[in-house]
Amino acid sequence: MSADGNRRFGGSDSYVATDELMLAVNAAVTLGRPLLIKGEPGTGKTQLAQEVARALERPLFEWHIKSTSKAQQGLYEYDAVSRLRDSQLGDQRVHDIANYIVPGMLWRAFDHEQQAVLLIDEIDKADIEFPNDLLRELDRMEFYVYETRQLVTARQRPIVIITSNNEKELPDAFLRRCFFHYIRFPDTATMERIVAVHFPGLKRQLLAEALGAFYRIREVPGLKKKPSTSELLDWIKLLLAEDIPPEALRSDDPKTTVPPLYGALLKNEQDVHLFEQLVFMHRRAGRPS
Amino acid sequence: MLIRFFELLRAAGVPVSITEFLALLEVLEKGTLPFSAATAEKGSVPFSVEAFYWLARTVLVKDERHYDRFDRVFAAHFKGVEQAFEAIVADIPAEWLRKHLEGTLSDEEKAKIAALGGWDKLMEELRKRLAEQKGAHHGGNKWIGTGGTSPFGAYGYNPEGIRIGQDGSRNRRAVKVWDRREFANLDDSVELGTRNIKLALRRLRRFARQGAADQLDLDGTIDSTARKAGLLDIHMVPERHNAVKVLLFLDVGGSMDEHVRACEELFSAARTEFKHLEYYYFHNFVYESVWKDNARRYSERTPTTEVLRTYPHDYKLIFVGDASMSPYEIVQAGGSIEHWNEEPGAAWMRRLLATWPHHVWLNPEPEERWEWTPSIRLTRELLEDRMFPLTLEGLDRAMRGLQ
Repeated sequence: MSADGNRRFGGSDSYVATDELMLAVNAAVTLGRPLLIKGEPGTGKTQLAQEVARALERPLFEWHIKSTSKAQQGLYEYDAVSRLRDSQLGDQRVHDIANYIVPGMLWRAFDHEQQAVLLIDEIDKADIEFPNDLLRELDRMEFYVYETRQLVTARQRPIVIITSNNEKELPDAFLRRCFFHYIRFPDTATMERIVAVHFPGLKRQLLAEALGAFYRIREVPGLKKKPSTSELLDWIKLLLAEDIPPEALRSDDPKTTVPPLYGALLKNEQDVHLFEQLVFMHRRAGRPS
Repeated sequence: MLIRFFELLRAAGVPVSITEFLALLEVLEKGTLPFSAATAEKGSVPFSVEAFYWLARTVLVKDERHYDRFDRVFAAHFKGVEQAFEAIVADIPAEWLRKHLEGTLSDEEKAKIAALGGWDKLMEELRKRLAEQKGAHHGGNKWIGTGGTSPFGAYGYNPEGIRIGQDGSRNRRAVKVWDRREFANLDDSVELGTRNIKLALRRLRRFARQGAADQLDLDGTIDSTARKAGLLDIHMVPERHNAVKVLLFLDVGGSMDEHVRACEELFSAARTEFKHLEYYYFHNFVYESVWKDNARRYSERTPTTEVLRTYPHDYKLIFVGDASMSPYEIVQAGGSIEHWNEEPGAAWMRRLLATWPHHVWLNPEPEERWEWTPSIRLTRELLEDRMFPLTLEGLDRAMRGLQ
């Protein structure tokens, strides 16, 4: 740990991290504990790991979890099919089982001569027992390969970043080993910084209008999926591509106009429907009788 | 000091373990607190309450639902402590305030300020007022100065224009981070949505392979063939499905009307979640018959004995009801408000509970009111305390209880 005691994560030119997030990352790096990141979809959870790796100049290993993922796959897999084929072909490799042990992401991160960053993405997608199967691996940073009777130990404790979308609750024993940070939805000031990072040449007026419209949509009650940072960035990209003037985004009454290209912000038809209905109702209410 | 804090956290229901507490001490012991580059650049103090708050939260709290509880404990415990860190109030960037103010003032006003004793005096005054106001507002979550009631207005400009505690003054903001309680609505005993209910119900899922082995277990076949160095070894497995069976008894009408929404959500979630779900309705308490269709509740009723015979013991029994009624409806023969019942409800309840040993009662009434309703206490006794509130958190406990 002491070797990189002076290295600190402090955001980067393409990623805006709040102070508390940086503190959480640095605390996790200092103590060599995994950091569990939660937050609304689209607030840059996965990107964090990439940025940490870039900022600290560490190699990044990404392990994306699916509903069928097994903890074992992150450690290693025994490729029985290749071995079967080799045995049919009379290949000499077949006699050494070690030839058929394929290391997983965790093993590769452990084995790297430099301290690595390991991203375990969307851990909540996996089976409910998945985190429990990784307890010892993340705690002691070692595991045992039964086929070759070999103990794999991390050369240097990797920086482990785990993201979750809260679809399943994680077991207490697992949580106890992690540090935890919840990425709050950015406030207007932070959002301005984020947009500035992604669109440096954006006109101030357009930015102000777009953010205004964006936060108004977020405040519409009853939306199934509120638009988040990544949707805002997509939307601004579209606005720029279509060359929409800032005036088009403005309205006297926040709810009487539908912002252009709102399809980038609202992601399901019920929400679009709800939104249009609200606009319709307000228009009718606003009309002089 | 920290041990007391730890105990308070536990008392407030934040699940903190000793391991986590030791981890916090370890970070603190490292001396150089892992600071963000940003704070370091600003040249502020190397150790602030703000940093400590974030650090402690990162290390100790593992679920955003508990952020609110943590904030409350933190605010209560460290009230006043921030003075010890000095840098907070004293370091309100006076420069910043000055610059901002100067920009908004006319020459005339500037002269007036000079007459009042100059900038420093004015700032001192402001600081004093701020301190006073902080005391006064501590109970609420209000920003200093945003209310527009600041005495500072006497000088002729609106404190709202200065925006203390919003944009520029990060330190000021930091003091109040935990007082804002931004995570108040994430506490899990508040909101119910079908998706959340489904997730809670999912705890009950038991995947099992039952019945005839009629599917080729491809992985198993390849694996065992390979392990046998090429000697073909075919494996078959039965289809995998959720094997949990649920029997749901729902209270309808009367005092349950106000809980209809919560019950509907629970019901629709349960319907899609369990393949084997059987449900019956009752009113207030179970007696000799129940029904499946509310529109025909008087014409088509199912005798409870038939229900008792129909479903095997491995069904999980879930009651949903507020259990709020006259105690006679439970213990007395003939106590039912709708008809003459030969046997008291309690007798029927005991039969049901004996038939299905895995049972819970979900109660939409808030848990703290249970003590004060005799019929709820009676029902709880009958169920040997397996009554849970109809909130996400309660549902979670109930599902654990059913496993």
